[in-house]
Parts: sequence; C-alpha cells; structure tokens
Amino acid sequence: MRAFGGTVSGLMQKRSVRLAAIIAVLAAGGALASTWRPAIAPIASPEPASFPAQVVARGAVLAKLGDCAVCHTADGGRPLAGARPLATPFGTLYSDNLTPDPETGIGQWSAAAFRRAMKDGVARDGSHLYPALPYEHFTHVADADLDALYAYLMTRAPVHQAAPANRLIPPLGFRPLLAGWKLLFLHHGPVPVDPARSAQWNRGAYLVEGLGHCGGCHTPRNLAGGEEGWHAYAGGLAEGWHAPALDAANPAARRWTPDALYTYLRTGISPDHSAAAGPMGPVTESLSTVPDADVRAIATYIAARMAGHETGDGTPRPIDAPARAAAVAPAGAVLFAGACAGCHGSGAPMLAQGRPQLGLASSLTDPDPTSASQAVLRGIEPPVAGRGPKMPPFADSLTDAQVAEVLAYVRARYTNLPAWTGLAQRVRAARKESAQP
Amino acid sequence: MTTTLTVNGTTHTVDATPDTPLLYVLRDDLGLNGAKYGCGLGQCGACTVQLDGKAVFSCVTPLAAVGDRSVRTVEGLGTIDRMSALQQAFCDEQAAQCGYCIAGMIMRAQALLDANPHPDDAQIRAHMQTNLCRCGTHMRILRAIHRVADAPTAGAGR
Amino acid sequence: MSRVDQATTVNRRQLLAGGGLLVAFSLSAPGLAQLAGGGEGSAPPKPVRLDLPGSLKTNPELDAWIRIAPDGQATVFSGKAELGQGISTALLQVIAEELDLPPAAITFITADTARTPDEGLTAGSHSMMDGGTALANAGANVRLLLTRAAAEHWHLDPGLLTTSGEGHVTAPDGRRLGYGDLAARLSLHVEAVAHAPRRDPRSYRTMGRNLPRVDIPAKVTGGAAYVQDMRLPGMLHARVVRGPSFGTHLVAPQLAAARAMPGVVAVIRNGAFMAVVARKEWQAIAAMRVAQQSDYVRTAPPLPVEDGPHRLQKLAAREIIVEATRDGDRPRSQTIRASYSRPWYSHGSIGPSCAVALAKDGGLTLWSHSQGVFDMHRAVAELVGLPPEKVRCIHTPSAGCYGQNGADDVTAEAGIIAMALPGQPIRLQWMREQEFGWEPCGCGMVTEVEASIGPDGKIAQWTFEVWSNSHNNRPVKAGGYAVAQEIVPGFAPQTPAPIPMPEGDGDRNANPLYVFPNMDVRYHFVPDMPLRVSALRSLGAHLNIFSMESMLDELALAARVDPLAFRLAHMEDTRARAVMSEAARRFDWAQRPRGDGRRGCGMAFARYKNIGAYCALAMEIEVDRETGAITVHRVNAAVDAGQPASPDGIANQVEGGIIQSLSWATREAVTFDTSRRTSFDWGTYPILRFRDIPGVIDVHVMDRPGQPFLGAGETAQAPASAALANALADATGVRLRDMPLTPAAVLAALGPGAIPNPAP
Repeated sequence: MRAFGGTVSGLMQKRSVRLAAIIAVLAAGGALASTWRPAIAPIASPEPASFPAQVVARGAVLAKLGDCAVCHTADGGRPLAGARPLATPFGTLYSDNLTPDPETGIGQWSAAAFRRAMKDGVARDGSHLYPALPYEHFTHVADADLDALYAYLMTRAPVHQAAPANRLIPPLGFRPLLAGWKLLFLHHGPVPVDPARSAQWNRGAYLVEGLGHCGGCHTPRNLAGGEEGWHAYAGGLAEGWHAPALDAANPAARRWTPDALYTYLRTGISPDHSAAAGPMGPVTESLSTVPDADVRAIATYIAARMAGHETGDGTPRPIDAPARAAAVAPAGAVLFAGACAGCHGSGAPMLAQGRPQLGLASSLTDPDPTSASQAVLRGIEPPVAGRGPKMPPFADSLTDAQVAEVLAYVRARYTNLPAWTGLAQRVRAARKESAQP
Repeated sequence: MTTTLTVNGTTHTVDATPDTPLLYVLRDDLGLNGAKYGCGLGQCGACTVQLDGKAVFSCVTPLAAVGDRSVRTVEGLGTIDRMSALQQAFCDEQAAQCGYCIAGMIMRAQALLDANPHPDDAQIRAHMQTNLCRCGTHMRILRAIHRVADAPTAGAGR
Repeated sequence: MSRVDQATTVNRRQLLAGGGLLVAFSLSAPGLAQLAGGGEGSAPPKPVRLDLPGSLKTNPELDAWIRIAPDGQATVFSGKAELGQGISTALLQVIAEELDLPPAAITFITADTARTPDEGLTAGSHSMMDGGTALANAGANVRLLLTRAAAEHWHLDPGLLTTSGEGHVTAPDGRRLGYGDLAARLSLHVEAVAHAPRRDPRSYRTMGRNLPRVDIPAKVTGGAAYVQDMRLPGMLHARVVRGPSFGTHLVAPQLAAARAMPGVVAVIRNGAFMAVVARKEWQAIAAMRVAQQSDYVRTAPPLPVEDGPHRLQKLAAREIIVEATRDGDRPRSQTIRASYSRPWYSHGSIGPSCAVALAKDGGLTLWSHSQGVFDMHRAVAELVGLPPEKVRCIHTPSAGCYGQNGADDVTAEAGIIAMALPGQPIRLQWMREQEFGWEPCGCGMVTEVEASIGPDGKIAQWTFEVWSNSHNNRPVKAGGYAVAQEIVPGFAPQTPAPIPMPEGDGDRNANPLYVFPNMDVRYHFVPDMPLRVSALRSLGAHLNIFSMESMLDELALAARVDPLAFRLAHMEDTRARAVMSEAARRFDWAQRPRGDGRRGCGMAFARYKNIGAYCALAMEIEVDRETGAITVHRVNAAVDAGQPASPDGIANQVEGGIIQSLSWATREAVTFDTSRRTSFDWGTYPILRFRDIPGVIDVHVMDRPGQPFLGAGETAQAPASAALANALADATGVRLRDMPLTPAAVLAALGPGAIPNPAP
C-alpha cells in the first residue's frame, strides 16, 4: 500500500539526474551521522501464552489501524509472512516476514528490538530499514501501543518464508545511506496534543500521524522520497494511483463531513462520493474491523484538515450534462454507452440501488486524472468483506486512446471543470504503473 | 449504420450501432452462441471472448472499441467435429453440468495457455478467478485445463 | 380399462427363465399422491395402474414412451427435463439398456406438453426414481413384446431368445430379426405389465457406464444448446420494466420516452406490468433503461431487516408434528440446547431466466426452462385466457436453476407479451438484477434443538423444532406468477401449503434416519412470507441436516465419543452405515489430524428425504486465524444412489452440490433494507470462486447393481454445510450455528487475541 511518489517534474523523471541528486543529499547526510547501530541480542521466541489476551487483542486492533498485513502479505501468501513486492522509483523492495518464525521472521526479536525498528527504522541486527516501512510515522506511536503490537505479532502462527532479495538501483542498496535519509526526514517524538481541540480530534491526530501513516500516500514526496512536511496532505502517489489532497484542495464535489468520512472508511463507500478504490480498498477493509471510536476519531481529524475546502459553485445535485459531453467527446459518448452505462448510466441498476452517481466521484474532479485512469484500467473489487461495489477492468478491452476518450467524456459530463490535458499519455503512464514489478 | 469487424478470422459487416456491446453483435448479428449473457456488468465472465488474444468481457466491450483488433470466440477454437485440445479436454473430463459458463471458461483458459503454455495450479486458479460457475464444476474445469497445461508438448491452441 | 392382451402376460416361469432381476419399486401409500417432483407443484394426472412402477402409474401405455420406426430407430419420450444435471444422458442410458439398443439409435425427446408423458416436475431428485424407473420398465416391456413377436415368428420358446444389443432379437442358431421388422408386427399402444424382466446387471452394456453426456460437445463448441440460443424468424426482443425487487413498483416509468427509442415496436402495459419490445436486443435494453428512470415505492410489507429469518418465529404458524415418540424416561447426564439458522438464498443461476413465446392461430407456444412445463401450460392458459390444450410448453434448457428461479415468471410474462403481439415470436430475457430481485429465494429458516445424552453416551431424548415458510410455491395456477398480481384483472396469489411427509419441505429431513428415543419433532409452518420464496435445491433438508449433524457432533463431544462412532451407534440402516464407513475409510478418518487451532476435520451424513440417495462425507479444513477465512483442503464423499445409470453423472452432481453448499455456508445471504433486496449483482451476492474451491474433492459412487434408482441430485447439499461447521468446531473449538460462516463471523467467535493452540 505504500510506495514512493516523486514530485511531478519532467526533469526529475530522468533517472540519472534523480539518482545523482539523491546520492549527493544522502552522502552529505551520511557523512554527518553515525551510520552504525548496534545489534540487539536475539532472544528465545516468547511463549504465546505469556502475553495477556487483552493486550494481544489491542495489538490486533492496532495492526489493523497500521495496516501491517497489507504490505507484509504477498498476493495469495500467508498473512504477515512478507515477500510482497513494493515498487518504488528506487527499485523493488520485498516486505519482511513479521511472523514469529525464528529464522525468517521476528521470532528472535525482543520487544525493545521491535520498538527500535518502529521508531528508528533499525532492524534487530543493527541494519537500517528502508523507509518503505513508514517509520517516520510509526516513530510517533506510544510505547504501550508498540508493545501491544509486539504481543499480537508474537502470537501469530510462525511461517518459514524468507523474502526474495531486494532489487534496488545499485548504490541505493547500501543501507548506511539511509542514516542520512533519517537525519533529514525522521523526526522522533509523540504527536503533540492540541489542548484547543477535542479529545476525539487528538485521538484522530495520534492515529493518522502515527499508525495510520496517511501522509505516506496523501503527502507529496521530494526527490529523496521523503514527505514534504510543509505540503502535508496536498496529495501524493501510491501504487500508481493518485491519493487526493486531504487539505483544503480536496477535489470532492460534496464536502467530506466527519460522518461521510466515517461511512467511507468503515464501509468502503460513501453515498455522497464513491467507492474506495485501489490502495484505499484494503485500508477500508481494515478499518471496518476496528472500534467505532477510532474510525470516528480519524474521520474527525481528516475532516478538520480539509477545512476551507470549497465544493465549487454550490450546485446541489451532482452535475450530469450528457449533451455537452457528447459534443465535446463524441467518441467517448459512444464508448460510455456500451462500456459504462450498464452500471453508471441513467436507469442502471446500480443507481437504482443508491450507489453514488459519477458526478460525486473525486477521481473525476481531481486535477490529476491518474486515479480515474486506474479505475477504468484495473476496476474495483468490493473493498470490505468481499461484498459491495465491483467494477471490471478495461485494460485489455480498451486501448489507451479509448480510455482517454471515455475520460474526456466523463470529465465533461459529470464536472464543470476544464478538460484534462494530455490524457492519452497519462493513461499510458498509468497502465505502465499497473504492471507488477 | 454498418461496422466491420474480424471474428474468428473472417471479416464481417454488421448493421449495429457502435455502442452495441460486442456480446450482442456476436449473438444477434452474427448468430454465434458461445459468448453468453450472464450479467452485462463484467462480473461473471459468461460472455468472455478474446480480443487480440486477451480475454475480455464482451458484454462491456462496445463495438466501437473493437476496431481492427481480432475477435476470437469459442467457435473459432474448433468445431464439434474438430475440437481444439482444450475443448476436447473439457469433453474428456465431462467438465460441464449446465454448461452455461463453459464457453467463457474455455476462452478465459485459452488466453492463459496462449500466454503461458504450462501454468501451475495456483496460476490457473488465480487466472480463472474472473469467471463464475454456479453448478460447482470447478474441479473438472481445472482438470481439463491441466490436461492441456500439463501435456508434454506445447498444448496451446489447436 | 386395462388393455393388456394375451401376448403381454408373463408367467412366473418365463420371468425366472429370463434371468432378469426383478425390480420391485414399492411406494408406501402416502407417497402415491406425491409421486412426481417430490411433491412440489401439483399432482400429475391420477394414477391409473397402481401396480406399475414409477411414472408408468400415470402413463401406462407403452407408445407414450417408446416408438420404433421401420428402420429400427427408436424415439423415446420422457416427461423429465435436462436441467444440466445430465438426466437426459442418464435416462438415455436407462432406456438404451432396457431396449438393448445403442444410444445412438435413439432419439430422446423431453418435456413437451404436446408430445411427452406428463411426469410432473423435474425436481425433488425424482427423475431417476420416477422417470428412470418408468423408462426402464417400459423398455423392458417393449423388449419383451419384440422378443415374443420373434418367438411367434420362429415358433420358439421366447425364453430361448436374446437381444443382440444392436437392435435385433436373436435365436440360438444365430437367426436375427430387426426391431423395425418386429415392431411392424405389433402395436405398442398397450399398457405395460408390472414385472417385465429387466436385463441382468452383469450383462449391462450401457447402464453403470460413464457414457459421455450427449449435450456437452455442443456446449463447448458454441452449438445452439439453450433457450437463449433460439432464433425464430421475425423474433422480437423484450425486456420487463420493473422496480428493483419483488414487492416494489415504479412510480413514474418513462414509457413514452421508451416508446420513442430506435427500434422499439411496442410498449406493453397491463395494470402494473410493463415491458418494452424492440427489433434488436440492445435496443430493447436501452429502451428499458430509459423507462426505468423512476423512483419506486414498496407495495408489500417492509422486509425483516432487524431479525432476518428469526422473524418467522414471531409470525402465526401452523404446527405439524413430524415425530412424536415416547420410549420411557431415560437418565440424562447432559443436555445441549442450540438454535441454528440460515438466511434467504438466491438460486444464483449464471444465466438469468429467458423464454420464447409465440401466439399464433388461437394458440400459444412457450419455450421455457421451467422445471414444470405441464403445470405451466395449464397455469399460463388460465393466465392468458386460453383453453389448456391451446397452450403448448416445450422445455428448452437454460443455465442451472437449482429450484424455482425466474424461469416460470419469465415464461408467463413472455406469454402475456406474445398474446399482445400475435404472430411475432417474443424473446424475453430477464436482466441480472431482475433475476436477483424478483426470483423466489430459498427459504430463510430457524431451528431450535434440545437433545440429551445418558450415562451410556447415547442419546436419551431429541427435541427439534423448525420454522419455515412453504418451499412449494411453484405456480400451478395463474395466481402463482408474480405478474398475476400486476395485470388487470389479476389473480389471487396461490395459498402456500407445506408438502406432506415423506417428502416434506420445511421439515424435509427433520425426521432422523437415526434411531433416537423420545423424539419430539415439530414443523412450525409459517404461511406469511416476509420474502418471496420457493424451492431451492434440497429445500428444508439443508438447514435440518445442518442442525442435526451439528448437534450430533456437539453431543459426541460432550460424550467424549468419536463423531463417526457416535453416529454409527445410533444408525441401524445398513446402507447408511456403509456410506459413512466408506467415506471415513477413504478419508482415513481414524488417522485424521486432530484440531490444533487451525486445521480440523468434520463429517456429516444424510439420506436425502430418507428415501433418496445416501451421502456421507468428511472434510479437512484450515482456518486463517488472522482473517477468519476457511480453506477446505480435501473432501471425501461416498454416495449410494442404487444402481447408477451414469456413475460419473452422479459424481458430477455430488461434486457440484458440495461446492454449492460450501458457497452457501461460507458467504451467501440475500441482503435487503426495508424497501427492497439490496443484493442485485455478483458484487453484492458473492459466490465461491476458483481461489476458494477445495483442494481435492473425491466422490465414490457405491456399487449397488440392480438396486432401485435413488435420486442423487440434491444429496450432498446438506451434509457438506454440516461437515464444514463440524470441521470448524474441531479446528478452533468454536461452534458456529448461523449461516453464513463468514470470515467476520469466524473472527468474532475466535476473538482476535486467541492463542493458536487453545486448551481443549
């Protein structure tokens, strides 16, 4: 669910230039910082029965809030056993095995070793961990919560599975460079409590900035792959999808109230917006299982971050201008009628069942057409409990040009916003991102 | 309004509006029975055909999207007198109960075998996930695909 | 009445000399009225020859079943329909065997009200028992007549003659006479005799073999095989315009706009029933979508959102005593009380229902995949105001229906549209969401069970209550169709009624085959139907066996007895014991891995309706304690269906039943809010897909040569769900009693902090 999204800059897309810049920055940092961290002695795997049941139960909830299983489970693999490939601009990483297997997992890790990994990004053996593990967020998690997470992980079934070797661009495989990265981007300490805000807001801040690591996708990243703190929640990239801005620039047609966010995060769909798609699917699946109060807290905090968000010209009903769109994008109109209208058109059963119209979908009002492209190319699987919105992928039936035509049509039909530019190239880029490493 | 499209190697001219999903063009304009209406929503796979070798849902593929690409249906794999290896495998395994999903299953499986002649069981199951069978014929469908996938010589196509 | 002439009587000596095995098919008296279709639908024509087996009771003339042409080719007529269960092949094997002809020499005609005998419904796993038995005996009768005709011609004792298997009667010296020649010398318009000698199973050429199904080659090569593939000259395409689900109505359908759409030739409106008719299919769909741009209202009472199937326990019910036995007070060392339930299910046919209808020359022809074309031609005649003899209904296959799905309704609606547009064939196809929304569901049901074991570890008392609607709502008169309450003038809906034992419906299999003392089994039949319901594969047996077999495991655990041993200790039926032991042996039950928190094993048994096929199965599962997902690693089943016509056909049906049952048990439930069904597509009604299919399913069909046919189409449905619940309990120590056993339900029961190896 996490990937590095570079800032959008044509020049920086050139790999060689980026590499050089990164290495320069990190080398400088590395020279200043001590790169060496000591190993923490291995321990005998603790007896599962030694952990109190209620602590394990809390850890289970925290693991859902942090979505550990999403990155640490391979497609069709055993939960938490790692080996899932994560594509980054720096190469492909494979997630670690979090089960308590002594050889290939964390079975020999003490609680202190686990805490250090989460807060400092250092493995038990002292090596630096790649910030694909978002420890710049996890560093804010309270020790008691980390211990509960530890209890949960250590009581899972051990799975003997070693992850394949990472395939990073050669110099970046040199872990000590990461010390420099951390110096720049890892800021220790708890999430500050704001006494002017409600307890619910503060709880939300703790969850979002910490375990939830929402900024990991929703905040733009700089060259070195660190989050741009001064542009927090201005939007970012994740696994080829565009994570929309969660600040005042959020593109939704209707305001994200705390209630709407709560419904979306809990059920995978908001009747005033759309279904959770791409990487948000697994997030809502996890959040469907955690206590209500935590989801409410997250919703309150995120809704507050979007303060100042305007919903355009105040049009009460979702925009739907088929005649205008057909004039602007006639080829798209034909494709829409045959490919999309069976679900998204007027009189379609999905709409009769109360599913939101496309005029409410943020992916269409987003200045960035990437998520809309991915939804068309890859489809949507029911986000929560395997039951709900299901959209087929069109990657094999529609060409890039045809997807672009459809997108131009829906942009013109369901929004009053200017047309997206360069759609065919954007779709092509999105299709390339879809390919598994 | 007429459109031309190539189906099973033959070019046809059909009198159908360009938004017409390929499923209805195949069935009603060209009289082909293989692709079937199961949901019209791209969720069940009973309508599966191949478009330039890729398995697609013909129920949500408009005629206008086909263009020059070649369409292949189960009728294009083989006939009742000369079946393809995969069709024969389905017969040999008696891999059908009501049979309504089977043509779609065959087209979906054939696309896998065309791209990867010797998939393993996990790959086959993952690939076939898009296609539904309600009668519970899955074990036989898998065995039929395995017959071709596990054959010593390249088993794809005819 | 009887037109048996001298030539057809058979004396006992000839019988025994023929070497054939007698197949005595006896039905207890209460069963007679429920002969066909398992008691569903209406009764077929009155039995006229009670001494004859199967459907011959009601259709004793041989030429109703078999005609032999001068060239020796046979045409055979059966009232049973091919639903995808392979029955047309199995019955072909039966008749080919008893006529002693190669299957290729036989043209097999099914379920046509103008041509075939009325055998009632194709349902209730009765096709082999009624249809197969009838064909077997009819075939034996015809073979007997042909043999006698040859014997007369040669002046030989008929007992010396044999048949060649190629369509000849042969004399000991090798002389042959073809069936065509022989048939010309006699009339088949005679009634069958009761005990025509059957062929010796040891010399079977076709029966008991795995004849490749006759319909599969067309299905894998795109041949026309389904009602959906029919293309009649001038055929028009129709779509119904309706609210989202049964009990809703569109307030402002845009019919005028639909009428103006390209290709639309008519908009039908009769009361609340609306349909659009167009030249091309896509045009009809587009017009339907335009017409359906409307809000809807609910016209029926609100759906039971708060309590689901438990709503039935609050509605008025009629109590039916199923079992009431008193065997004296026995000491009870432990008593377990439990309630089990299942939600409403969708049939989930891959192909939504479709029918073709043509009104012409004062008559109406319907091509339909209904399981009951005979009931249908009478009921639709009433619906459209024609005499029944003017309505012909021809069964034409579609996707699997598994009970009463939308097939009957779509045919009635096609008939109404056709009558409004005479002379033009009408093809009406329900949309996916219409199938989910309007078809009758499988009944949601609840059971409450209380059972005790004594110090001897055996059951001391058994109290079982089941709440259910009628599963038997197949249209037998006009009022049974949904459209009948939409058109004006309409028809009152059918009054729901339970099916009496020995078939039962809500109480099907609530009567234990086991020997339990002190049984109190009651069926609370609830006439008021919160959702529209009708028959779904196995009817009430699914939940009743789930409950019974789950309770048996709970009791076995309390008694510290092995689940297999516990069952055998209470079962006297030798064939039941045999399938249980066979399934256990193949599964290696004695050496099975014991529940370790994740992996576990469970077994279950049922004899469908206590008169159908026997099925025992065992399965090994693994539970993912992080997600609650259940993986079924292997299943071993043993099935006793009597003499199998096609063993592979039986295995196919049992494999399919196991998978369908696992799908029901692990994820299926019709969902609804107060105003409409909300499961309307495959995203909102997920069923098992390839990734979740068991690793291995092995089905062993027991060899029972010459035994009467037993219906096997539904036999695995109930035991598979029960075995799953038992395996889950074995794996995790957690007993789930309310289907579906979803990952969320499993997780909630496990508790997230549960240690992998809980104490037993």
